[in-house]
Amino acid sequence: MRTLRSLLLLPLLLLALGASPARAALDILATVPEWAALAQALGGEHVRVYSATHALQDPHRIEAKPSLIARARSARLVVATGAELEVGWLPVVLRESGNARIQPGQPGYFEAAAQVRLLEVPVVLDRAHGDVHAAGNPHVQTDPRNLLPIGEALAARMAELDPAHAGAYRDNQRRFAERLRASLAEWERIAAPLRGVPVLVQHRAFPYLQAWLGLREVGALEAKPGVEPGSAHLAGIVARQAAQPARMVLRAAYQNDGPSRWIAERTGMPAVVLPFTVGGTPEATDLFALYGDTVRRLRQALGE
Amino acid sequence: MRFPALTALAAALSLALPAHAADSDIAQIRAQLEQIKQAYEQRIAALESRLAQAESRAGEAVRTAEASAARVAAAPAPVAAPASGFNPETSLILQGRYLRAKDVPGRTISGFWPAAGHDHDHDEGGHGGGKRGFSLDHSELVFAANIDPFWRGQLMLGLLDGEVEVEEAWVQSLALGQGMNLKGGRFRSGLGYLNEQHAHAWDFADAPLIYTALFGEHASYAQDGVQLKWLAPTPFFLELGAEFGRGAAFPGSERNKNGSGAGALFAHLGGDLGSSHSWRAGLSYLRTRAEGREAHFEDVGGLEAQGVFAGRSRTVGVDAVWKWAPDGNPQYRNFKLQAEWFRRSESGTLDCLDEEALGNACAGGVRSDYATRQSGGYLQGVYQFTSNWRIGLRHDRLDSGRRDFGDNAANLAVEQHRPRRDSAMVDYRWSEFSRLRLQFARDRSMLGVTDNQVTLQYIMSLGAHGAHKF
Repeated sequence: MRTLRSLLLLPLLLLALGASPARAALDILATVPEWAALAQALGGEHVRVYSATHALQDPHRIEAKPSLIARARSARLVVATGAELEVGWLPVVLRESGNARIQPGQPGYFEAAAQVRLLEVPVVLDRAHGDVHAAGNPHVQTDPRNLLPIGEALAARMAELDPAHAGAYRDNQRRFAERLRASLAEWERIAAPLRGVPVLVQHRAFPYLQAWLGLREVGALEAKPGVEPGSAHLAGIVARQAAQPARMVLRAAYQNDGPSRWIAERTGMPAVVLPFTVGGTPEATDLFALYGDTVRRLRQALGE
Repeated sequence: MRFPALTALAAALSLALPAHAADSDIAQIRAQLEQIKQAYEQRIAALESRLAQAESRAGEAVRTAEASAARVAAAPAPVAAPASGFNPETSLILQGRYLRAKDVPGRTISGFWPAAGHDHDHDEGGHGGGKRGFSLDHSELVFAANIDPFWRGQLMLGLLDGEVEVEEAWVQSLALGQGMNLKGGRFRSGLGYLNEQHAHAWDFADAPLIYTALFGEHASYAQDGVQLKWLAPTPFFLELGAEFGRGAAFPGSERNKNGSGAGALFAHLGGDLGSSHSWRAGLSYLRTRAEGREAHFEDVGGLEAQGVFAGRSRTVGVDAVWKWAPDGNPQYRNFKLQAEWFRRSESGTLDCLDEEALGNACAGGVRSDYATRQSGGYLQGVYQFTSNWRIGLRHDRLDSGRRDFGDNAANLAVEQHRPRRDSAMVDYRWSEFSRLRLQFARDRSMLGVTDNQVTLQYIMSLGAHGAHKF
């Protein structure tokens, strides 16, 4: 009797799921939390956003997990960073999804890095220089100014895919851009003393942040991108500290704290964990909190 | 005379224009024009702000460039990419090894049909890397690219002295949608878990024994044909697949026929448990036939004899893999546990021959019934404990099971054996493109032989950054 009732309930349940308003939402799969947060800010209640990774995962080293392929199957829009950041896993996820709408070249595939000018474009493509990205450094989200063109292009893409809510996406984007411009002025005021401050970085993850705030990178703990820091290289950095002193060492939340702590202990400079993306620190709960917390942590380390 | 012409023109215009272009329509058009104008003004403003940003960044960039001469700060001026920009992604995999093992002539897995067939030189190299001392494994050359918005293609060549082998050459659909995926050409079957992986992606220096026993020296079932996969629109991963093909590869044989020579079915289920665990499990089934499938046997008196099988072959398998990485970040630490088990049933006829006229028990040829049911599998775990080092253990276990040779049971030595092998490996990687591996194995796959093997192996990949499957 009970099984009979549950058998009757099952199609009803499926019907209810199918008819729920959530189904009408634009399904978005973002590769990293910052684009998930941006898509959510622009889409509001008209989108359903899923982030393939969270802030404690190294975005270079994700696997093409079955769960991601299942997510990609139903996505209407994939928001990726591009510039080869996701080259080790996203192509497989997209191809295995059997979803024609999100293949590169289709409107359902969006690359954030394609909307801004990239820094650190290598002159020589040779893996002797480590795991370099041919298109340039992909970590564009560390400069909030990049969110203006990216947000604009993303809102336009969302409007193209979901014309019924095009007006809402445009309005949200306008409001987002206004708030971001206002916040930019505030962050830049707080961060003014950071201009020209020499820093060390664990991975070359922050060229855009450095360009924004005027920080001066004087060395990286990874001798080559994607190659773990070796002790000889670290010792060299400590030795250089006398001639070329850095004020702090920066690392992203997803990275191992060992190398920057080692440097901090030997030189006395503060090791600063930056959220890097939404969720990287307890404070970085959304995009605005991400940059607010980044600036606050840098100022705190400067101690002035 | 002009009036008729004017009237006609007016009539034509009144037809061409909407019959009643009321004031409200005009107002609407004005509003639309205004909207378009506004939109363009906004875009121009945005472009101006981007330009200003780019200029300020270019200023910063000059300073960055001083810090590192190897990098340029600004993107190079856009130039028309030459036609070579369309060249396919190319990658090359270099592999070689040193092997210390017992000298066993005619190395096979006891109790199982030798998949290498008639080839006497099976143990002298090939893809299993069975050569003792220093040797080069086959080098793999891969070309892949999108063909157009509808298709993607890939070619994978295995290169060895005097031999270029087309390991895979397929096209895959990109635009079918609805979760459908079509592949055609020569491809590695979706059977099991390890079957699709090439040797450079293995976690051990050699394939599990069951793969070698089932599919021969490549330790993978590949065929020329088509594969259709469907991914269910479910929140978890559910994939169903079917393949039809020529079926020329072991355990089948080349049969010169129309229609499908082999069919395979598989289902995969997978998902995540929290952010640290992910898994995939599968079921597979392969059905094919063989004609004139030949192998060497020993007769009851220890003389060489030839056995020729004709009949049907069915293989079923289950596979499971579970991966753990703290917070889903496998960079520093991760663990992978995988297991597969297969059972093969074959039935048909066996011709026992004395091709070399040695006067063995089958002189003149003896035909008999042939029926076998054999099984085996492996369990392995690999733990990465720093970003460079991994260790792994693997246990292989096979059972020669039922081997019914009918009348030929009186002529041939029917070996019963439960092959075992235990392997332990440690590997180091400099980057994700290079790896060095040391492996110890205690191999008891041959009746009465315990072979302690030591392998030192390197695997390096250069060129395009490939993406691997889960």
